[in-house]
Amino acid sequence: MAANGTSVSIQDLSLNFGAVSVLRTLNLDVAEGEFIVLLGPSGCGKSTLLNCIAGLLDISEGRIFIKGKNVTWEEPKDRGIGMVFQSYALYPQMTVEKNLSFGLRVAGIAKDEIAKRIARAAEILQIEPLLQRKPAALSGGQRQRVAIGRALVRDVDVFLFDEPLSNLDAKLRSELRVEIKLLHRKLQNTMIYVTHDQIEAMTLADRIAVMKGGVIQQLDAPQTIYNRPVNRFVAGFLGSPAMNFLEGRLEKDNSGWRFAAEDVRIPLSTYAFESEPEPGPAVFGIRPEHVALNSGSGWPFTATAAVEVVEPMGSDTLVWLKLGKQNFTLRVTAECTPRNGETVSIGFDPMRASLFDIAAGNRI
Amino acid sequence: MFSRRNIFLYGTLVVVALYYLLPLYVMVVTSLKGMPEIRLGNIFSPPLEITFEPWVKAWSQACTGLNCDGLSRGFWNSVRITVPSVILSIAIASVNGYALANWRFKGADTFFVILIVGAFIPYQVMIYPIVIILREIGLYGSLSGLVIVHSIFGMPILTLLFRNYFTSMPEELFRAARVDGAGFWGIYLRIMLPMSLPIFVVAIILQVTGIWNDFLFGVVYTRPDTYPMTVQLNNIVNSVQGVKEYNVNMAATILTGLVPLIVYFISGKLFVRGIAAGAVKG
Amino acid sequence: MSKSARPNQLFRNLNAKVASIPMVLTALVVFAGGTAWTVLYSFTNSKLLPRLNFVGLDQYYRLWATPRWLISIENLLIYGVVSLVFSLVIGFLLAALLDQKIRFEDTFRTIFLYPFALSFIVTGVVWQWLLNPDFGVQGVVRSLGWTSFDFNPLYNSSIVIYGISIAALWQGTGLIMCLMLAGLRGIDEDIWKAARVDGIPMWKTYLFIIIPMMRPVFITTLVIIASGIVKVYDLVVAQTSGGPGIASEVPAKYVYDYMFFAQNLGQGFAASTMMLLSVMIVIVPWAYLEFGGRKRV
Repeated sequence: MAANGTSVSIQDLSLNFGAVSVLRTLNLDVAEGEFIVLLGPSGCGKSTLLNCIAGLLDISEGRIFIKGKNVTWEEPKDRGIGMVFQSYALYPQMTVEKNLSFGLRVAGIAKDEIAKRIARAAEILQIEPLLQRKPAALSGGQRQRVAIGRALVRDVDVFLFDEPLSNLDAKLRSELRVEIKLLHRKLQNTMIYVTHDQIEAMTLADRIAVMKGGVIQQLDAPQTIYNRPVNRFVAGFLGSPAMNFLEGRLEKDNSGWRFAAEDVRIPLSTYAFESEPEPGPAVFGIRPEHVALNSGSGWPFTATAAVEVVEPMGSDTLVWLKLGKQNFTLRVTAECTPRNGETVSIGFDPMRASLFDIAAGNRI
Repeated sequence: MFSRRNIFLYGTLVVVALYYLLPLYVMVVTSLKGMPEIRLGNIFSPPLEITFEPWVKAWSQACTGLNCDGLSRGFWNSVRITVPSVILSIAIASVNGYALANWRFKGADTFFVILIVGAFIPYQVMIYPIVIILREIGLYGSLSGLVIVHSIFGMPILTLLFRNYFTSMPEELFRAARVDGAGFWGIYLRIMLPMSLPIFVVAIILQVTGIWNDFLFGVVYTRPDTYPMTVQLNNIVNSVQGVKEYNVNMAATILTGLVPLIVYFISGKLFVRGIAAGAVKG
Repeated sequence: MSKSARPNQLFRNLNAKVASIPMVLTALVVFAGGTAWTVLYSFTNSKLLPRLNFVGLDQYYRLWATPRWLISIENLLIYGVVSLVFSLVIGFLLAALLDQKIRFEDTFRTIFLYPFALSFIVTGVVWQWLLNPDFGVQGVVRSLGWTSFDFNPLYNSSIVIYGISIAALWQGTGLIMCLMLAGLRGIDEDIWKAARVDGIPMWKTYLFIIIPMMRPVFITTLVIIASGIVKVYDLVVAQTSGGPGIASEVPAKYVYDYMFFAQNLGQGFAASTMMLLSVMIVIVPWAYLEFGGRKRV
């Protein structure tokens, strides 16, 4: 039985299509009222997992509990879920009102109850003026609101979102992102949200599950995932521009551990190791915004390098240069604009860095 | 406008178009002439004296075998064959295509492949076993038997048509309907059907023309009094007894071709879509 | 009570399975079963009624010793080559003409395609009339003064099959044109722009760039034409009834006549099995290229 306070519990779930294993003995417990984001590149199995939870795909092994009830083989409608799709999936021949009420009519719910629920959902989502329109007459943002409304009227405990904002343009996306966050605060429902967009994941989630190859790589609060990624994949997937990686060796001398790559030597006295490391090949990673430009010699590590490309982004500036022979990116303030070819000094504190072993890519 | 390229281009097209229209023209003018004029004149000249008698004769008096009640009998037979065949074959194939597209189950694809391969098998190979089956269930020679035969042979192409159409519809729509609690028939009737009217029109065009124009199944699976129009036309035109009445023959030919021609001219571009799909049938 | 055990696989998706029963029956009983039955009985000496009295390949020896069958095969080959070559060439040329951004494109297409809406019986009867030696084309030209003009394909046994092909081409070329036109429209406009920038003449662009790009369309068209050729029956019945004599017989008619008139079922089955074999010769390599090749990628 699932523990108390757990809304959705996935136990040893596996899914195979023939010989291809899509999800591998996956476990995930989602707390009551929690906002979980499944994040990963396409093909990582995140949407598949969501469809399994919804009951739209038959699983191969394992069990799924929702609200303590084993729903592994229940029909989607009996699971107490509502779902919002990437393409909105509104029934084109029905008006917005009919779209919202379709599931309720199928379930044979009384007319006045249907009307009450639609009124409430329409009010929350501010779509009252649209109720008599057909989906074709709505904008993308309005369509997605209706799609959310369809999940809302079902009066369910768990909301499933399958990349709901991917079809919208950037401006609408950020607006609706905030609305979804407010909606969650208001309804206090459990929400499971699939996306490949790390900004959505970072901003919306109570916890993020980063997935790859049908396996959850890391399940943690957004800040933890960002600052202490458990492996090189998670480190590289989050953050834009991506984390800088230097390949080299982990060595120990009389002043302590240090990282050596070609002509670069980084002292690691401030780095918090997971456990006592062993010398050998390793990868050193540091995020572009954790590197300072021309800020003196107060850093545990400093170096000089020639600037190759400067990209002013408006809010900040990206500086591309070579450290040794490896590409290196810095994110600095917008006021700071070095010229191409100019030699600059950089510095950082290895405390903010991440170290991974080179073979498995796990955090050291 | 009158560049050499255009003169060549339009000239060629017009000449070819005239060639294609010529038989239709000859059919019409011949059917409006009296026999004496046909014997004297040439088939391309317009009628000197227009007469509708050949049409009347073709419709209500022309003889096939012992029946001398004209093509009207074949016309109504064809109607009684075509209407139920079209409805039955499309009903079966659309539900089946929907099941194949959205409710895949183990083994379904195997049967589907056999069905599609079957579409390429010459009918001659399957004619006789079907005679036996129909005889066993007592439908050999009846219109119902022919309706079943048309439904069977319409199935591969129609199922393919509907399967491809339903597959091209967004999968998420189907999933949303399942989350909303609609089942197999509920989704088919309330979501899929209202969205797929164009493909139904294409299927209807395909089937109406195909079944109306059929000759082989009609001649094999019906008796003289239940012959469809095409079989009757062939018997009228190619009967060896009596004097050949070319004007009546041509009137009968136009009458037989009228239904598919009307379907063709009304449906326009949808017809092209239909035959492009139906062409696979060969 | 919650269903915790995996439900019986047989009953999952039950409605879909019920809906597929007609397909399953048709595929197994009629298509697979019927074909196997006919092939099996082609090895018997069934006459009026099918009997399981096996005589080995006797029916096939007899078939290939029957002049009528040999003529049927020869006719099918001639008819096949003529309709394949001419419908592809004419169909493509017409499509290329229509693809020149001309005015009245819809009108022309409607005219070229309307014969396809007509049945083979109607087509055959009309052309029988047009080619009538006394009143048709020959008669008209002669009455204009050219008395030695000779164009009587339907009553001349050495060319009758060509006469039938004329009607077949009239009926079917419109379809090929439509398929080709769709293929041409599917080609990226930029290809034409690139060819024009490179100064390649139009006919060369068609021959060396466009046609090779339309390979899939040509293959599909080829299969469509070929499977139609094997089935040719109604047209011959309507135009010549196989005559003069047996000069325009075709395999499909042979099958029908032996099954339902000559009451020699064994011959009919053997002949239809040969038809099946010839279709397989066309379909199997195509299916292999189309579907088998993909697996290796």
